[in-house]
Amino acid sequence: MDLSVLWFWIVGFLFVGYFVLDGFDFGVGMSLPFLGRDDTDRRVLINTIGPVWDLNETWVIVAGASLFAAFPEWYATLFSGFYLALLLILLALIARGVSFEYRHQRPESRWKEWFDGMIVVGSAVPALLWGVAFANIVQGVPLDADHNYTGTLFDLLNPYALLGGLTTLLLFFTHGVVFVSLKTEGDLRERARRLATRSGVVTIVVAAVFLLWTGLASGTPWFWILAGVAAVALVAGWLANGRGAEGRAFILFAITIAAAVFALFASLFPDVMPASNDPANSLTIANASSTPYTLTVMSWLALVALPLVLAYQGWTYWVFRKRVTRTAIEAAAH
Amino acid sequence: MNELLDPLLLARWQFGLTTVYHFLFVPLTIGLASTAAVFQTAWYRTGKAEYLRITRFFGSIFLINFAMGVVTGIVQEFQFGMNWSEYSRFVGDVFGAPLAMEGLLAFFFEATFIGLWIFGWDKLPRGLHLATIWATAIGSILSAYFIIAANAFMQNPVGYEMNADKGRAELVDIWALLANPVALAAFPHTIAASFMVAAGLVISAAAWHLARNQHLDTMRPALKFGLWVMVGAGILTTVFGDQLSLAMVATQPMKMAAAEATYDTVCGADASFSLFTLGTPDGSTELFSVRVPYLLSFLSTHTFDGCVEGINDLQAEYTALYGPGDYSPIIWITYWAFRWMIGLGMLHVLVAVVGLWLTRRGRMPRHPLIWKAAIWSFPLSLAAMIVGWIFTEMGRQPWIVFSLLPTASAVSPNVTGLEVLISLVAFTLIYGTLAVVEVRLVLRAIRKGPPEVGEPDPESGRIEPAATVY
Ligand code: HDD
Ligand code: HEM
Ligand code: HEM
Repeated sequence: MDLSVLWFWIVGFLFVGYFVLDGFDFGVGMSLPFLGRDDTDRRVLINTIGPVWDLNETWVIVAGASLFAAFPEWYATLFSGFYLALLLILLALIARGVSFEYRHQRPESRWKEWFDGMIVVGSAVPALLWGVAFANIVQGVPLDADHNYTGTLFDLLNPYALLGGLTTLLLFFTHGVVFVSLKTEGDLRERARRLATRSGVVTIVVAAVFLLWTGLASGTPWFWILAGVAAVALVAGWLANGRGAEGRAFILFAITIAAAVFALFASLFPDVMPASNDPANSLTIANASSTPYTLTVMSWLALVALPLVLAYQGWTYWVFRKRVTRTAIEAAAH
Repeated sequence: MNELLDPLLLARWQFGLTTVYHFLFVPLTIGLASTAAVFQTAWYRTGKAEYLRITRFFGSIFLINFAMGVVTGIVQEFQFGMNWSEYSRFVGDVFGAPLAMEGLLAFFFEATFIGLWIFGWDKLPRGLHLATIWATAIGSILSAYFIIAANAFMQNPVGYEMNADKGRAELVDIWALLANPVALAAFPHTIAASFMVAAGLVISAAAWHLARNQHLDTMRPALKFGLWVMVGAGILTTVFGDQLSLAMVATQPMKMAAAEATYDTVCGADASFSLFTLGTPDGSTELFSVRVPYLLSFLSTHTFDGCVEGINDLQAEYTALYGPGDYSPIIWITYWAFRWMIGLGMLHVLVAVVGLWLTRRGRMPRHPLIWKAAIWSFPLSLAAMIVGWIFTEMGRQPWIVFSLLPTASAVSPNVTGLEVLISLVAFTLIYGTLAVVEVRLVLRAIRKGPPEVGEPDPESGRIEPAATVY
């Protein structure tokens, strides 16, 4: 296989890692107003992701850097073209990131409410906008002959892309709420399970419409297979959650997100950013990629680093496998 | 109005602002991770509660700071594509690789182990928990190496070939890129300078408590540690700074000429270094100055009869090579930035030496002025670091990649001035607000002093550290 094709899928894998992992962080963040009845509840929720949110977020940094290294043209076109949308994502990630660390620094409830708000908004905005961005990539955007994006922010907010954003928002929300039921105990765990049942129904409907729309517009055989996997996993995850099998539900939601993201990459292939105005201007794997030498260097890097990364991140999740309890949070020094 | 909305100018302001801001947190992350690791090791080996308290004290400041380093770092990563898309297209093949290495080898490592360190106090065996803070420290130093290797390519492009068809630089030798002589000198210089900044924080915090005669059991050893690190790291910074000067003269003679504002080529005794100058702002006419003869020659070539090319000669040379244009940076910035970097940094080594003398064999100086001076260690050594970067980056102008790509050709062609203005205002507002919050939180953490860590278990004689939660 051509190395640039391999790197197309590795970039896809890195975004899958990001959406599966930071996806539930976003979900937990958005669930604060729904599940956090008092300060202890909210602290329990935040502490379910406390040790891991930073390493989860790092996936997007690595995905971005790999995009830069393996497909400089794609990186340049995407990031300059979606300028204001990315700005909003950045501002949201800044607000969310500092809030985890700063919220517990002072006891006043106004201080905490302020940061709770930033966590909710800082989680919802990227959850929505990443979906909008990816839907636009799949659908195609106007590009000139130098591969520069010629539209505006409002062109990105078309119905199809907004539906894509709503899909990721709901998927991440439910994924995160299932994660809460997996990581907490007692009343909170039970409420999370019921919330996931309700939000899961909406998620299934919206995701089905989005995947159908995508498939009818640009479906390839591989797209349909992967979208099918995503759909089955989503429904199975919802059923597992209903039966209280939280671990299985969480894994099935992870599979849903992974399969859906790979399905989008499959519908792109072999383009990386189709031009909606003139196919001749499309960015493709061939015309966007780095030289074979750079890709060889990158492949060695990935071969050495990725297994190691997966191993120590897996170990971290294992270290923090216990459920977070109200008693432990109340007992801990503040 | 159109001048106000010049995308190039705005993008440069934004990059300068966000990078400098990011770099306010980086040296502390690098230096304080190691500081916490050293004190935690001391606790691990001796079991003394003081060392654990010092670890947790500086650890909490480190974490407040780290959060900012992370969130501002993401902006850096995205900005190359957002504001400098032509630059990204030009260098991506070369420059992306070290960035990807940074992410895969360093950031993942750092982000994972810091989570284990923060939340692992009661979950991991002691030795393993100690290893996680060392891993965090190593990760932060590794990340500095890769980003500096990337930056060094912009100062001194190596390991590439030009592809005229695609109009871009292409990597041909990754080892040459990673062993760029500029990177090999800039990396240890930056790391040593980061340790100076962290030592400055340790000194400042300790001095604040000692001046009030409180927390003597923890703040005295902390002060000693800070003073010694300041002196040691100061010497290393100077040694590597000297190496870096040589590398810089060899690769970017214009930067040295601009650092000294020498317009005409000078040799030997005439190649003097001015410690202080009064003159017209651009440095072209001198009214009064204190000069050390031979020093510039020595800095640039390590000999006393070397010559230093002047701005005018280099300008003529570059015009012949690259066509008409202005090839010198803004002279007064480079001139003063270079001096302030060295001056402020060296001043703090001096302050630290005096401090070591005054506190020898358990003495405690009483005079409040002494403590005031010590408290300034942190802000001023951080300022030295920042102006050093301003010198490096602005001294490279008008090039973004030296000799290959002018900054003016690097900006995103399709991003409008209005869009950049929006982002510039947004970043300024959010960064400004967070700066206030962050400074207050750090001051609060310092004032609160080292936390209690509980009594040792009567049977084993050990302290069980409490869990941390958000
Ligand atoms: C506490 C901070 C500090 C101190 C005391 C010094 N420096 Fe420095 N210097 C930096 C912090 C710094 C830095 C971390 O800000 C820079 C920016 C780029 C770099 O690699 O390190 C730097 C850059 C830098 C450069 C520019 C390299 C380039 O553009 O390629 C030179 C030539 C020196 N330094 C030389 C010195 C000398 C000769 C020093 C002392 C005698 C010195 N520095 C003290
Ligand atoms: C090591 C990685 C770094 C890279 C890859 C890098 C890259 C760049 C780029 C692309 C620009 C834009 C061109 C321009 O505006 O002139 C720039 C400018 C600038 N950078 Fe860096 N930089 C790095 C580190 C730093 C650091 C650590 C600082 C300071 C703390 C810094 C300070 C600046 C400043 C002040 C400018 C504005 C210069 C000007 O506009 O004239 N840079 N740098
Ligand atoms: C302009 C170029 C720069 C870029 C693109 C950049 C990128 C980043 C990113 C993405 C992060 C967040 C990492 C995380 O989430 O874990 C970060 C943090 C950090 N960066 Fe920078 N950075 C730049 C300049 C520098 C320089 C010059 C240094 C070192 C000398 C540096 C060292 C660090 C360190 C130590 C952190 C601490 C936080 C962490 O790693 O998590 N950065 N940077």
